[in-house]
Amino acid sequence: MTTTAARTTTVEVRLPSRLGFEKVAMSTAASVAKLMGFREERIEDLKTAIAEACINAIEHGNRLNEKLSVGVVLSAGSDQLEIKVMDDGKGMKNAPTKPDIDRKMHGEEDPRGMGMFLIQALVDEAEWVVGTNGKGSYVRLVIRLDKEEA
Amino acid sequence: MQTDTKSKIDQQTSPSGKPVSVIRFEGDISSASKDAVIGSYHSLPKETAKIVALDFTKVEYINSSGIALVIQLLMEASNAGQKVLAFGLSAHFNKVFTMVGITKYAGLFPDQASALATV
Repeated sequence: MTTTAARTTTVEVRLPSRLGFEKVAMSTAASVAKLMGFREERIEDLKTAIAEACINAIEHGNRLNEKLSVGVVLSAGSDQLEIKVMDDGKGMKNAPTKPDIDRKMHGEEDPRGMGMFLIQALVDEAEWVVGTNGKGSYVRLVIRLDKEEA
Repeated sequence: MQTDTKSKIDQQTSPSGKPVSVIRFEGDISSASKDAVIGSYHSLPKETAKIVALDFTKVEYINSSGIALVIQLLMEASNAGQKVLAFGLSAHFNKVFTMVGITKYAGLFPDQASALATV
């Protein structure tokens, strides 16, 4: 579904809570970002960030329950793209931490658990919002057009 | 629904004459890639495969679960005293691997020739 209001164009995608479908959000976001004029390098950053956000929503938010869907809303403004990835979980309460490769290599830290770090590192803004009543949480990402791109 | 990862192994010789086992991946590297990544690595004989190269030339998508499998491989290789090289990553995934610190335990190279030239 696509709607246009004022200077923001919105594209919405609904994904089943099944791993692999994050690629649908990736390709949709990449198409929108390309239309907005983002450089290829920034589009690759965005694709990884949105993939990790969707994987978190599928795995941790909706706990792979295929009866639940993950909502992805892309709002394209004149100088930035905002993405909200929504699930039915209780939200992420912990702040992203930089992975410690030495601890991972020594088995002192789970080799996984890098998604939130990658999201935060690859976009201009990342915010994890806990839904009211313990449901309807989302992550909000923003990627801004550089002056050369805009 | 996750895409299968294909992998195959071949033996190469570095310019200095050292044998290198190359694991070549194709497809996505994700949580569904354990057999392709860890299984392929386990099929290498630890006594003779002292240098292992990972070929990502035909990989388009790697997510954090896939990176975790690469870290698990690096951990096992480190414990076995093996050296690991990686080549063929896109500029983006080169950046991502560097961000998570993998470069501390595996050299990243643009292609096979430059990787093998270092051993």
